Amino acid sequence: MRGEDGNVRSAYQHLETWLGEMPVDELARRHAAAELAFRRLGITFAVYGEEDADEKIIPFDVIPRVVTGEEFDGIEKGVVQRIDALNQFLTDIYGKREILKAGIIPPELVLANPQFQPVMTRIKPPGGIYSHISGIDMVRTSEGFFVLEDNLRTPSGVAYMLENREAMLRLFPTLFQQHKVRPVEIYIDHLQDMMREVAPRGVRGDPLGVILTPGPLNSAYYEHSFLADRLGIELVEGSDLFAEDRMIFMRTTEGPRQVDVIYRRIDDDFLDPLSFRPDTILGVAGLMDAYEAGNVTIVNAPGGGVADDKAIYSYVPDIIKFYTGEDAILDNVQTFRCREKDALNYTLENLADLVVKRVDASGGYGMLIGPQATKAEIEEFALRIKDDPEGYIAQPTLALSTCPTVAGKNIAERHVDLRAFAVSSPEATRVVPGGLTRVALKEGSLVVNSSQGGGTKDSWVLA
Amino acid sequence: MLSRTANSLFWLGRHVERADFMARLMEAAIRFEALPQPDPESGWKSAVASSGTGALFKTYGVPANRDTVSHFLALDPNNPSSIRCCLDKARNDARVVRTALTRETFESLNQSWIELQERLKQVERPVDMQMLIERVKQEVRNFEGSIWRTLVRSENFWFIRLGEVIERADNTARLLDVKYHTLLPEGEDVGGALDQAQWTAVLRSVSAVTAYRHIYRQNLKPWLIADLLILKEEIPRSLAHCMDVASEYLHDLRAQHGRVGPADRLARRMSDNLAGLTIDDIYADGLHEFLQTFISDNNRLSREIAQQFSF
Repeated sequence: MRGEDGNVRSAYQHLETWLGEMPVDELARRHAAAELAFRRLGITFAVYGEEDADEKIIPFDVIPRVVTGEEFDGIEKGVVQRIDALNQFLTDIYGKREILKAGIIPPELVLANPQFQPVMTRIKPPGGIYSHISGIDMVRTSEGFFVLEDNLRTPSGVAYMLENREAMLRLFPTLFQQHKVRPVEIYIDHLQDMMREVAPRGVRGDPLGVILTPGPLNSAYYEHSFLADRLGIELVEGSDLFAEDRMIFMRTTEGPRQVDVIYRRIDDDFLDPLSFRPDTILGVAGLMDAYEAGNVTIVNAPGGGVADDKAIYSYVPDIIKFYTGEDAILDNVQTFRCREKDALNYTLENLADLVVKRVDASGGYGMLIGPQATKAEIEEFALRIKDDPEGYIAQPTLALSTCPTVAGKNIAERHVDLRAFAVSSPEATRVVPGGLTRVALKEGSLVVNSSQGGGTKDSWVLA
Repeated sequence: MLSRTANSLFWLGRHVERADFMARLMEAAIRFEALPQPDPESGWKSAVASSGTGALFKTYGVPANRDTVSHFLALDPNNPSSIRCCLDKARNDARVVRTALTRETFESLNQSWIELQERLKQVERPVDMQMLIERVKQEVRNFEGSIWRTLVRSENFWFIRLGEVIERADNTARLLDVKYHTLLPEGEDVGGALDQAQWTAVLRSVSAVTAYRHIYRQNLKPWLIADLLILKEEIPRSLAHCMDVASEYLHDLRAQHGRVGPADRLARRMSDNLAGLTIDDIYADGLHEFLQTFISDNNRLSREIAQQFSF
């Protein structure tokens, strides 16, 4: 909230006054009301591997996070540039592989990557778009926004973005009169436009789109049904679909209907037992065949995970340069690849000051936060890195920005990040003016993941 | 509509209705218990029998009394028809078809489920059954009210309601059948004081005591109660009403799909059949036989619906 000089940044001035005037118990009361509303609506998520995992809500903090219009312009341009470059990168590595021939990226990082799907070398997604729906995780430091991670495998969180805004509009309508906040609802329009624009050629009338979910036990099921509802389309499970004559149909009370676009929320491995894991029951046998025949579009395209891998992440600025000739507008957080000898040595010598992550893990698991680790933990982690240097990257701990947050009966500063959402079609990449702010609810903590006790905030982009 | 969605909506309707019925059975048994009678547990025995889960209860090898039966009907996780299991399944189905429900409808169901979960966590406190019964009945009314008030009259509405009326007809038929066979202790006269009191409890459990008095203006007679609950179309729980409505909803669905199927024909036939009968006809052929035939036809109707809409 504050700049380096300790003064409240202009974006937060109204909010500062408002917080000063709001009695703390009133804030706590509205906070409780918001949580109750979320639970009654069943806006829950599940953490895998926990007893009683079925019914948790992500804690919602009622104090919004504010981004100025100017800051957002930079984010928007940077995100568009980044996603367009990553889509070109995917087209390239499943095609001519010029970036590998040019020696920009070690080929084994791509070709031996578990996310690389050889079947995609035969299939061209419509318009060269692999990642239709992307989430870019960023942190803000005194020098501006930096990208922490790209999520190109149908990232979750938009339901929270939209529901958080709904909740804030209901709880504090007057605040919106003082701030000119850009609406996030437009995300739904972007999705709708995209699904129409990527439909296979030759579809007569409006293309029929569906959302494919693994089912109610999935942690993000609420979001799947929320999106289907807002888009006005069917939420289907694998068993609702079948392939015939290289086309995909869904079973309805009025007989089979052909499906044109599938926004899938299941991983590549489970999409089609004939092409990927043979034991999957979540997908549709024959889906990839229909896809190859150009009779159905899969959103996001299979095989896109190779571009959001943590190992590839550190090359994204080079990827942007290679395909666009421009420097990255949004920079990465400085990253040491332990696969490189110098970086490995540096990492091992400075573990106490670094954050180390496994390249194939997510959700804040399998990482070391140097400044908060004990000596024993650091020594143990050092052994793990030496054992498998290619499996790790390291980043400096940043002076992350903080945001005022309700903490019990008080308001305290807590670390936040920001996930920006973008929707891409052959026509355009559109970024939502808003996003999902995740907040580390424990004092001093840098881990914002909901599976590890993080919460969310409404994110305001000022007009 | 997805066939799977239709299936979930149909069973959502059935399970909500069944939860309500279980609550009412327990209520009738509690009333029973208060009557002066030779066998104070008889009410609990008949509650189990009417619930259609008597065979399962028998395998437990425990005597039927207030504690065992009320736990069995309300909270037993192994009894697929217990209130707890019905609410579990109803909520699961509601989650699966969230998009086919209005916010109000989902919220009311989710709320009652959350409340029961909270209650189940406090194992050390005995459950106040009367309170539980009242809450369940109230929540079911909330659910049904929100369906009536907020749901678009389309497939979503019709499939839920079809599930409700078919379950309801099944429940009414079972209730009548069991009362006719098992309630009266040996040596008690038909029409005697205890018989009278038992019938009153049955009628009360389906909230039809006042309706009976208004329609017949005389004291409770078993054949008139059978007439009321089987043939009177104006009674929302009567077999005639349920079949009439089922046939109407199937007609509405057909109007949307333009296809006549075996389910439409069967519902129409069952409804017409009831409209053409008198209670004397039914008694002449035997009430028990009539009810058994009805229950099996009703089950077949449920299966035909599933087949016709491919779920």
